Amino acid sequence: MPDNNPFPLPKDELLDAYRRMRTIREFEERLHVDFARGDIPGFVHLYAGEEAAAVGIMKHLWDGDHIASTHRGHGHCIAKGVDVVAMMKEIYGKKGGACEGKGGSMHIADLSKGMMGANGILGAGAPLVCGAALAAKYRAKQKGGPSDVAISFVGDGASNQGTFLESLNLAAVWNLPAIFVVENNGYAESTARDYGTAVDSYVDRAAGFGLPGITVDGTDFFAVYEAAGEVIRRAREGGGPSLLECKMVRFHGHFEGDAQTYRAKGELEDIRANRDCLQRFTQAILGAKAVSEAELQAIDRDVLGLIERAVAEAKAAPPPDAADLTTDVYVRY
Amino acid sequence: MARKISMKMAINEAIDQEMTRDPTVIMMGEDIVGGAGGEGEKDAWGGVLGVTKGLYAKHPDKLLDTPLSESAYIGAAIGAAASGMRPIAELMFIDFMGVCFDQIFNQAAKFRYMFGGKAETPVVIRAMVGAGFRAAAQHSQMLTPIFTHIPGLKVVCPSTPYDTKGLLIQSIRDNDPVIFCEHKNLYGFEGDVPEKSYTVPLGEANVPREGKDVTIVAYGLMAHRALEAADLLAKDGIEAEVIDLRTLSPLDMDTVLESVEKTGRLVCVDEANPRCNIATDVSAQVAMNAFGALKAQIEMVAPPHVPVPFSPVLEDLYIPSGAQIADAARRTLAKGKT
Ligand SMILES: Cc1ncc(C[n+]2csc(CCOP(=O)(O)OP(=O)(O)O)c2C)c(N)n1
Ligand SMILES: [Mg+2]
Repeated sequence: MPDNNPFPLPKDELLDAYRRMRTIREFEERLHVDFARGDIPGFVHLYAGEEAAAVGIMKHLWDGDHIASTHRGHGHCIAKGVDVVAMMKEIYGKKGGACEGKGGSMHIADLSKGMMGANGILGAGAPLVCGAALAAKYRAKQKGGPSDVAISFVGDGASNQGTFLESLNLAAVWNLPAIFVVENNGYAESTARDYGTAVDSYVDRAAGFGLPGITVDGTDFFAVYEAAGEVIRRAREGGGPSLLECKMVRFHGHFEGDAQTYRAKGELEDIRANRDCLQRFTQAILGAKAVSEAELQAIDRDVLGLIERAVAEAKAAPPPDAADLTTDVYVRY
Repeated sequence: MARKISMKMAINEAIDQEMTRDPTVIMMGEDIVGGAGGEGEKDAWGGVLGVTKGLYAKHPDKLLDTPLSESAYIGAAIGAAASGMRPIAELMFIDFMGVCFDQIFNQAAKFRYMFGGKAETPVVIRAMVGAGFRAAAQHSQMLTPIFTHIPGLKVVCPSTPYDTKGLLIQSIRDNDPVIFCEHKNLYGFEGDVPEKSYTVPLGEANVPREGKDVTIVAYGLMAHRALEAADLLAKDGIEAEVIDLRTLSPLDMDTVLESVEKTGRLVCVDEANPRCNIATDVSAQVAMNAFGALKAQIEMVAPPHVPVPFSPVLEDLYIPSGAQIADAARRTLAKGKT
């Protein structure tokens, strides 16, 4: 590691983290614009503002690790390595999309990358992750060495689903290599987090289920990276499940089209100016001279080119064929 | 006094009038008010599509936003109903029944029977149903048959603003649990609705169009598609009778049987998947009770046996069209006895 890098990641890894976060940001900002133009059908929930959590966690994962995402899933997909062009095609409902246009934004999945899907049902990912972690445990027993892990993402609101709370207990009693990430962005739709959740601390809540818990500033990439490293290492070594709360902010409405009148005056401007995880990361790595401005600009150009190409390909792609309507219901019927 | 309002406003007005009339009527659901606990606007949402917007200002103590815990609050609405209240619980999308179904089908539906006829559970569970919103597989289903399968539940699915207001008021006053299914693609649909309070009885079908040649049975959005089909058929001189079931449990078979006795031909339309749906139920009952009146085979028009696809192209193919219904009518007219 060169002398001017005080960070826990070598330079190429820092640049990779930057690229992933920048890709998520540009992907989402582009969807925001194109949705307003009427180009995109359906419900779209954007991850902009929350990138450091997905990337800070996913930097520790390999393809054999599983994640289960939420309705706000684009960031998790990109951070886990799902192809951006295939994602864009999916969001446009086109052939060649990650799910052949059958799933859409709320159901993007890529099982080859261990990405078990965005989800339209709150809390549904947590039990699935218990299952993925159980499978990982069996695999580890057979082949030896560190276990694959499975990570469930859940919002502050959805963390009040019975499925989520039951899963915490199940993971604890079975000592599963599972991590439960609570993405606390302060709101569930228009409702403030504190209205819907009586307990202040997710560490306390985890303790009530017999799990260790950590709370981090989810806008601080390095804080997330470090905490995620700890809980993932423990899970890989057979030390069992954990809960990780990331306090974060969302830059857009609950879904596209949300007027966000429930926010305080000036709140959006404030979080964009002062709690931008990408800006914070950029300032940190530039400030320490770990990377150069030119290197970041080159990535920015790449990313913009990629998003442009993704949109162009998505628009040009043919829609599914009529015959596709009735395929894929069963493996064989 | 002709006043046209949307189905959305008809729901809003029904809840408003019942809350004003009866102090035991309360409502709970996710973001049905919105902005709770925050520093911005209160009543920021009025539900995910704004159906309950404005009710909070009129009835601040009667609308409760809930945590995202359907098992708990749908169950709480049922428990409150069994304890003297008359709650309306909003499940947002019917697809979310998966997380709270026990409270509905093992608890609410069975109290009266299990407790020897001594319990009353006057709860209304409102939820959006249906496809066409590009909302994909987990936000677009027509799950009505799952509820009609369960004895003890009443199931309503209106197609017009007039019926919506009258049926919702009746559902709130009814002493059994009612699953009130609102087609999200009809929320903006406008029609004549009296300002005053009125009821439409549960278990009575409507006949929006009379005809002598073929009977088309439908409900919800499909009632509109059936009327489109009737228009298409009229161009060929075929007079179709359209029956809008409105209530699926109890089911008004008398109106259907009477119509089939007259026309001898039946097309059953359903937006629910084709196996064990409302259309198969109606078809079976007609076959059992009016076989002699049938001049040809019964036709069913339903989506294919697949989840609702996201891609707009596929979703449009998924939802039965007026043309498909008209074709089915022509098929049954082309066959059998004259
Ligand atoms: C079981 C279920 N209930 C309700 C919804 C509707 N819904 C979708 S997102 C959402 C809010 C989620 O808030 P949170 O978990 O904090 O995640 P965020 O949107 O803030 O990322 C709600 C109520 C749903 N999709 N599934
Ligand atoms: Mg949230």
